[in-house]
Amino acid sequence: MTADSIVVDGVTKNFTLRYHRSIKDITVAKMKGRAVSNTFKALDDVTFTIKQGESVGLMGLNGSGKSTLLKLISGVMRPDQGVVKTRGQIAGLIATGAGFHPQLSGRENIFLNAAIYGLSAEETAEIYDDVVNFAELGDHLNSPVGNYSSGQYSRLGFSVAVHIDSDIFLADEVLAVGDKPFKKKCMEKMEEIRDSGRTVVYVSHAAGSVKRMCDRVICLEKGRLVFDGDVDEGIEYLHYGEDDAKGSVAQRKLDAADSALGAEV
Amino acid sequence: MATGVDERPVRIVDAPLAPPAENLGLFSVFKRRYLLKLLVQREISGRYSNSILGVFWSYINPLTQFLVYWIFMGEIMGMSDAKGMENYPVHLFAGLVIVHFFTETFGAGTRSLMGNKGLLKKMAMPKEMFPVASMLVSLYHLVPATLILVVVCVFSGWTPSWDTIPAFLLALGIVMALGTALALVFSLANVFFRDFGSAVNILTNYIRFGVPMMYPFTMIEGALGDKSWIYLLNPISDAVLLFQQAFWVGVTKNPEQTAATNMPDHLWMWGLGAFGVSLVLLVIAQLIFSKHENKIPERLT
Repeated sequence: MTADSIVVDGVTKNFTLRYHRSIKDITVAKMKGRAVSNTFKALDDVTFTIKQGESVGLMGLNGSGKSTLLKLISGVMRPDQGVVKTRGQIAGLIATGAGFHPQLSGRENIFLNAAIYGLSAEETAEIYDDVVNFAELGDHLNSPVGNYSSGQYSRLGFSVAVHIDSDIFLADEVLAVGDKPFKKKCMEKMEEIRDSGRTVVYVSHAAGSVKRMCDRVICLEKGRLVFDGDVDEGIEYLHYGEDDAKGSVAQRKLDAADSALGAEV
Repeated sequence: MATGVDERPVRIVDAPLAPPAENLGLFSVFKRRYLLKLLVQREISGRYSNSILGVFWSYINPLTQFLVYWIFMGEIMGMSDAKGMENYPVHLFAGLVIVHFFTETFGAGTRSLMGNKGLLKKMAMPKEMFPVASMLVSLYHLVPATLILVVVCVFSGWTPSWDTIPAFLLALGIVMALGTALALVFSLANVFFRDFGSAVNILTNYIRFGVPMMYPFTMIEGALGDKSWIYLLNPISDAVLLFQQAFWVGVTKNPEQTAATNMPDHLWMWGLGAFGVSLVLLVIAQLIFSKHENKIPERLT
């Protein structure tokens, strides 16, 4: 019997949408009888438990609440209702980018990023060479990350995150921006993390890579948990793997390409 | 196909199941001093990045204010010749140093959360780090300004007394506590309504005129009489008076007489009281911050 790693119990998160911000806008809206703001539920009473060592794929359409859920698990946000509990050190990427400071160089950002994860200067120095080698940024390491391409940006973020000795690893759309050789490297690194017995939560639209990485799938739809169980059944539930998937032709092609990529790398 | 969960080893984690990134506010900031140090270094290098004069802006700003006030208030308006107003430039400069420490903490602290939204949206950490780092950067900028002040005092025939250092430290304590308290609340408010960032600029203008820096405290006593205690309710006024006690009083011809006529009665009581009030305000600011900080990441747009 393994212990719980992540417990999400009855979690709800509301976001306030503001249409109007200034006094002038608000007055005009009030006079015309329009709503000044409204709230929507990004997550609605979500409950699940992840055991230690499990590798869980988090799936769902854009805007279904996947990233919000990861932010709650990582502690960036707190739930409005319900409880999120985790065990041990958390590391990972949220929404394709790490939290970097645009004015600092890549090198300085590695130290800052590691310090936010709780590493000391000595601990960061120990992993520094591995982080740099993995990210393969060359001379760019000394220029401000504000000048990086989105690919370089997430390379560096991913590289720091995987070299933190975390107990829970969160990966959000990591494969969305990198080039093919880097995606391959990322997948291998994540499998290594999974096989070392650490808990992994992996967000992806690519059915192939979810099949390869995960042994359980959780699906969200408009903030609600709609499926929790076997990988193949979960993918089928979302019609991701099928050729006659709902949605536009372009979306279907994209899904197919993603699946192929996931299977190939 | 993934290997089944039963076939892999499981890492046993020796840690309790707890809410992620639990935050004890300013205590967490104090516990994570290494991260704080990195953020302070970043602020120091980042505050004037992409500017040719760089860190000199930190001195140009108070220096130009000093010149303007000296020429207009001192010479043209005749404040230098006011009764009991010896060595007006030192009086003015001592006040400016501590007031600038406050306004810089207040202004930079208010902008601190918005300025670090890239980090705050993606990483979990005590958000109090940023206002506190702003205060420490301003404190760092205070060091050379204080050195210049000491040099000016020495050349003006300074006789330091036993209370120079305690008065200096107490004034710093007041501004550090009050500045951090205001930076916490206003940085939070600025995330929700950007108006607060603009309001701070107006407030700092009033502060410069609301403390005994361009004019002597005797002028307030002359105007308010028995009610001059109202003026002393402002902790920044008390901090400025303590700075005058530490630096300016020692450059006058008869320091004891200057202290007796130009300083309010019970200056130390007022100073300690202001420090106590500032600490209470800091606790209140922390409570307000803790109550609303979970809404910060979603409002950082």
